[in-house]
Amino acid sequence: MDLHTTTSPHNTGPNSVTLLMLRVIIALIPGIAAYIWFFGWGLAINISIAITTALLSEALVLKWRQRPIKPFLSDGSAVVTATLLALAIPPLAPWWVTVIGTLFAIVIAKHLYGGLGFNPFNPAMIGYVMLLISFPREMTSWIPLISLSDISLNFKESLVYIFTQQLPPSVTLDALTEATPLDTLKTHLNMGNTVAEVRAQLGLDEETSRLLSVTPIFGDVGGKGWEWINGGFLLGGLWLIYKKVIGWQIPLAVIGSLSTIALLFFLFDNDHNASPLFHLFSGAIILGAFFIATDPVTAAASPRGRLVYGAGIGVLIYVIRSWGGYPDSIAFAVLLMNMVVPIIDHYFKPRVFGHRN
Amino acid sequence: MSRRLWRFNGGVHPSQHKYESTRNAIGQALLPKQLTLPLHQHIGEPAEPLVQVGDHVLKGQQIARANGYVSAPIHAPSSGTIAAIGEYPIPHPSGLSADCIIIDTDGEDRWGERLAIADYKELSPSALRNLIREAGIVGLGGAGFPSYIKLNPGHDKVIKTLILNGVECEPYITCDDMLMRERPEQVIAGLNVARHALQAEQCIIAIENNKPEAWDAINAAAQDYDYIEVVRVPTLYPQGSEKQLVKVLTGKEVPSNGLSLQIGVVSINVGTSAAIYRAIFEGEPLLSRIITVSGSGVDTARNLETLIGTAMDELVRQCDGDPEQLGKLIMGGPMMGFAMHRTDLPVIKTTNCILSHHREQMPKQKPVLPCIRCGACMDACPVELLPQQLYWFTRSDELDKAQDHDLFDCIECGCCSYVCPSNIPLVQYYRYAKGEIWIREREREKAEQARKRFEFRQDRIERRKAEHGARRKQKQDGSKKRDDKRAEIQAAVERAQQRRDQAMQQAGQRQTERKQGDDKDNTLQ
Amino acid sequence: MLSAILSLSLLALGLGLLLGFAAIRFKVEGDPLVDKIDALLPQTQCGQCSYPGCRPYATAIANDEADINQCPPGGEATIHALADLLDRDPKPLNPENGEVKEKMLAVIDEQTCIGCTLCIQACPVDAILGAAKQMHTVIADECTGCELCLPPCPVDCIDMVVIGQDILTWKWPAPPEPSEETAS
Repeated sequence: MDLHTTTSPHNTGPNSVTLLMLRVIIALIPGIAAYIWFFGWGLAINISIAITTALLSEALVLKWRQRPIKPFLSDGSAVVTATLLALAIPPLAPWWVTVIGTLFAIVIAKHLYGGLGFNPFNPAMIGYVMLLISFPREMTSWIPLISLSDISLNFKESLVYIFTQQLPPSVTLDALTEATPLDTLKTHLNMGNTVAEVRAQLGLDEETSRLLSVTPIFGDVGGKGWEWINGGFLLGGLWLIYKKVIGWQIPLAVIGSLSTIALLFFLFDNDHNASPLFHLFSGAIILGAFFIATDPVTAAASPRGRLVYGAGIGVLIYVIRSWGGYPDSIAFAVLLMNMVVPIIDHYFKPRVFGHRN
Repeated sequence: MSRRLWRFNGGVHPSQHKYESTRNAIGQALLPKQLTLPLHQHIGEPAEPLVQVGDHVLKGQQIARANGYVSAPIHAPSSGTIAAIGEYPIPHPSGLSADCIIIDTDGEDRWGERLAIADYKELSPSALRNLIREAGIVGLGGAGFPSYIKLNPGHDKVIKTLILNGVECEPYITCDDMLMRERPEQVIAGLNVARHALQAEQCIIAIENNKPEAWDAINAAAQDYDYIEVVRVPTLYPQGSEKQLVKVLTGKEVPSNGLSLQIGVVSINVGTSAAIYRAIFEGEPLLSRIITVSGSGVDTARNLETLIGTAMDELVRQCDGDPEQLGKLIMGGPMMGFAMHRTDLPVIKTTNCILSHHREQMPKQKPVLPCIRCGACMDACPVELLPQQLYWFTRSDELDKAQDHDLFDCIECGCCSYVCPSNIPLVQYYRYAKGEIWIREREREKAEQARKRFEFRQDRIERRKAEHGARRKQKQDGSKKRDDKRAEIQAAVERAQQRRDQAMQQAGQRQTERKQGDDKDNTLQ
Repeated sequence: MLSAILSLSLLALGLGLLLGFAAIRFKVEGDPLVDKIDALLPQTQCGQCSYPGCRPYATAIANDEADINQCPPGGEATIHALADLLDRDPKPLNPENGEVKEKMLAVIDEQTCIGCTLCIQACPVDAILGAAKQMHTVIADECTGCELCLPPCPVDCIDMVVIGQDILTWKWPAPPEPSEETAS
């Protein structure tokens, strides 16, 4: 008789990598929808370009490495990397920026190290950082909210711009782009203005802002529009925790440590430091805490280790935001903590059942 | 009265599949024509045969005796003739053979002598334990540890709590459930005997909350005893694992590498308890047990009271299955059972379930992806290990690091493999790592022994050489001395000779002179 | 300028004295590297490495006279362990020294043995029991499988038998490397 003699357990659970990645993508949808609503179609186009590039490049690299293509391509990890990268770059970034970034992330940051599960650094963040350093102009050309700006591009114009860098006749690049709220705040703070003054200047209502031809970029809590986007990501992130796709330790630690250190500085001097809520709801912190820092391959392994990892990211985010050269610092913070993960794993092991510590 | 329950980390909720085999009452397995009894059905030393080929044995007759302290005897499950004693295939994951006694049953099922005990309370705990030992009772929950040792707390330990494990957390297995439903008095009676043997204070019977009928039955049977508490525990795998159950019921953790005895708790399976009842109250040694036959390979899944040594394919046939059509046959449950290499292997004392998969209904083989370090395994591990790290260390052959990460605390429950999104066979890595570590340890000891013997031998050869050299030198010195002595003696002899010669010469001269003088005298006259 | 030269020279002198003192005071006796290498070798004392025993081979490796891939009984595992210890790259076993064989034990055919004690003298770990004109037998637990007893036997009565697996020595096999199944 020809009996199968595999080892126990003889049943496996319903969990699979594809299911995990699919759930991550679903959780990203509310945030992405808000983003497109507030900032136009550029993001959707970028995401499509990124996903296509990612899948193609992964297929090619797998073929070159002589590995089976189907199981890896269908696990969805490349799609998630591509989406996160596309979210990180400005919505109207030229197509070649997206393509180069995705190629770098998939081929070099992921497959050069051995493929799924073997990369020490978060591939999306590596791609983003490489782009930031190589193409600073394209990477800092953020656009204002559609609702606030006179100038915004519809779908066809976005498509045209992304692929050919041709703007519609009446629009200039200066008029189109604008700094993000975080960036603005940082610049002004560095110039010596207090937060209140900046808010006064820039938190204007629509009438006054039109008069002063300055867009009100601060909303009630954080950057206008960005609050909604971050809210969308927060919903998605909480759903992921509920579905046990990610653990609660890393998001809690990131947000907790960032809020704590922001609170400390805010209480110490609330004129020159932004409030913790502002930090939380501007920029990509929610996206970073729930989707980027929780990338399982590059995060710490044990529960206590994850708390330390998340806390480190939070602190680094604040430090780089306040005193570093970049307005938003999720990528750098995550990559720096990725480097520390092996030590964290070594020192923060859980207590084993039956041992006293 | 609801008792406070604690929780242990992790655990999984696999689909239960209990209903299939609980629809029917416990049936009786048909008497097979041949019974194969491996001599090693328990933890400890294999039993030693007491019979020879051709002997006629009665049902319940001891055919192999316990060998040493940690061992158990084996009895003939039915009357018949000893057909063979030798190496035959046994139900083991290796597919290897080991010593077995084969009995050809004569169909009469005739009992030998049975000695029932009227009042067990009159016996001392140690006498009770002896009876349990002689009945060949081992842990029927799956481990097979000789029960009389478990029921021996030693001189200094006080057993506060005796736990009866009716949890049965693994999917498909329902033998304990049906036993509790149909024979609760036997379970309680056995529990009382065990309590007397241990001199325990309190008893807890733990039943998972997916067994309401069993709970009702046991509750009713235990009503009269105020020291017995029947507790419902939540359905979770591996709640039935002894250390985890002790934590859930008492909040205390059994120390790693230790026994629950050390914290005053002893736990036995309900099946073992029923076997103790049979041994003491009816004088019957452990000859049969309830086995669940389930899975897609049988049409009528049910529980059967089976004689130890019955071939598995006979049970499959009795449950309307075709052994030839099976793709996989598992002894045990889907989480911790072992896949068998053949279908005609015998059931042993610790077989609680035969799970058969039809060839055409095999679960799909999912591809193994690389580890994505998600940590789901760590979240599921009931022993709070880091399965991910153990996996990486085993793969990179850093087994000493794996040992430092408490590899030997792993109970091989399979929760980690169950939840792994990449379908990595984690438990196989840990089993391999443990085996490899033991083998390397053995090899290191052997190498050390070989080195010592080699060095001793070198020393001995050197010593001999040195002694040989010294003796030769002595001989040479000795012969030299002899030569000297000889030379001296020779010289003395020569000297003596010389003196003698001289003396003779002188004497000769005087004679000549006297003769001349005489001649002169003679001539003068 | 002068002060810089002076201070650096003094520093150099001071540190040099300290190092010299440490070299003498904390000197390690013996050659622990040889011991460490010897501890990794299988102690078969077979001589296949072309040295008369494991310790001479260990000494030769420590003195860089021998390579780490000359031990067939140790096999891959030993080569890797030595490579780890000495921080070198592991290499495949040198075929000139022999090939990796399964663990075997020597068994004397008692019908043919003439009691000449030549094998007893050859065994490096004294694993053969016997005396002149008495039956010789190999103590299975002590035999390392080095095969040094085979050449001296004048009647060729010693066989090398593969140690079979039984329930007690069986161990779980390693799961297949994922690349052999589907992925990674």
